[in-house]
Amino acid sequence: MLYIKCPYCGLRSQNEFAYGGDGTVKRPALNKEISDVEWNNFVYNRKSPRGKHIELWHHISGCRQWIKVQRDTVTHEIFKTVEADKDI
Amino acid sequence: MQKYSAFSLFKNALNGHKDWQVAWKDPTPKEEYDVIIIGGGGHGLATAYYLAKEHNITNVAIVEKGWIGGGNVGRNTTILRSNYMHDENGLFYEKGMQLWRDMSQELNFNVMYSPRGIINLAHSDAQMNAYARRGNSMRLNGIDAQLLGREEVKKLVPILDFSENVRFPIFGGLMQPSGGTARHDAVAWGYARQADSMGVDIIQHCEVNGFDVVNGKIKGIKTSRGNIKAKKVGLCVAGSTSILAEMLNMTLPLETHLLQACVSEPIKPLLDHVVTFGAGHFYCSQSDKGEMVMGGDLDGYNSYAQRGNLPTLQHVLTEGIAMLPFLSKLKMLRTWGGIMDMSMDGSPIIDKTHIDGLYLNCGWCYGGFKATPVSGWTFAHTIAQDRVHDLNAGFNLNRFNTGYLIDEKGLGTKTWIS
Repeated sequence: MLYIKCPYCGLRSQNEFAYGGDGTVKRPALNKEISDVEWNNFVYNRKSPRGKHIELWHHISGCRQWIKVQRDTVTHEIFKTVEADKDI
Repeated sequence: MQKYSAFSLFKNALNGHKDWQVAWKDPTPKEEYDVIIIGGGGHGLATAYYLAKEHNITNVAIVEKGWIGGGNVGRNTTILRSNYMHDENGLFYEKGMQLWRDMSQELNFNVMYSPRGIINLAHSDAQMNAYARRGNSMRLNGIDAQLLGREEVKKLVPILDFSENVRFPIFGGLMQPSGGTARHDAVAWGYARQADSMGVDIIQHCEVNGFDVVNGKIKGIKTSRGNIKAKKVGLCVAGSTSILAEMLNMTLPLETHLLQACVSEPIKPLLDHVVTFGAGHFYCSQSDKGEMVMGGDLDGYNSYAQRGNLPTLQHVLTEGIAMLPFLSKLKMLRTWGGIMDMSMDGSPIIDKTHIDGLYLNCGWCYGGFKATPVSGWTFAHTIAQDRVHDLNAGFNLNRFNTGYLIDEKGLGTKTWIS
């Protein structure tokens, strides 16, 4: 069982959260001319690191806020959690 | 190579089993190989076998960081099927089903191939319609498919919960009679033994730390047992693909996720088929030892842990009990996990890369085991001929650029929910 510290609600079990994937992926700016490669990188390509991973979680059965979590993908240790619009 | 048979077993039994030859050797890496396959799992071993058998390329090494058969080929739920709707998947996996049929004879190793039939349950009219469509697509590709009504399913699998007042009543199902199971360890060992006998070096406990790429061409690999030169290198490392890709400065349409499986205590024969729950993600079959073999959803977040978390197991087994209520009376014997290379459209990648002489075999998601022979067969062709075979042409890496995705489930890029 993971315990995730929601920046709004405090420490809660993973059962209250939904996963939202890689939190480092940035959508290309609106109306900016971009190449297929840039779009491809945004939609499909992921680093999927073994070790520290910044990811989004949704506190869906709690405050319903999106949060950003830095977690180790091998040990599941959680280093830091912040509001979704903040940087880790 | 010593031939295995009932007679050889009898002869060696009289002799106290002293005269069995080793099934494969433990060689020291040579300085150079024509082909190096990274990853000594089912796919890597099958690739080496078909390189030797179909293409007469025997100066081949398999390098494996652990021991052969210790990864996903020993961690799956042993299911064989080709019940796919899209042509790329259906034709590819059906070639695999043909290879499974002859495997025990071909490898002189009993892989306990058991075409007991796989039944996907339907729990609504809409699902029955979808299964009818999938079944028809399968039959157009020459794959056996039968749409079953509720009473037909009841006749085949009476132990399922056929009550009227359940949340997901059984409307019927789609059956592939030729689907089934095979003993996964035997597949790895059978391919290893044959590949070894044809001259392939199986190098275990040898971890790859880097690649030697000069002017866009592969020259060799760097390993924990020294540098090894190679004209061609194939990657067959499933959930570890992204780690090797990073060494090559490649970012792939993959995420590594954890999938759990479990077996119950053994019981008397009860379930003759492989059965899947249609209102969630749960599948079950009974092993020859009598254990109920079960699996379901991913743990749901990126993971290289090779061990699972309990909330997902609880969720999966809740579905299992909805389908087969007697499961709640059984004790769990073992649970375990493996790491899956989840691709962004749910289909594999078997292709050349932008690096000359480097070939990629990954993206197997849940479905790697059943693909073992055909993955090896097509990957060996791709490496030997330096071009893809018709059967794996659709599984190219470029489909994510062109938009020709093979998204069987239509789930999009959220790999953790697929």
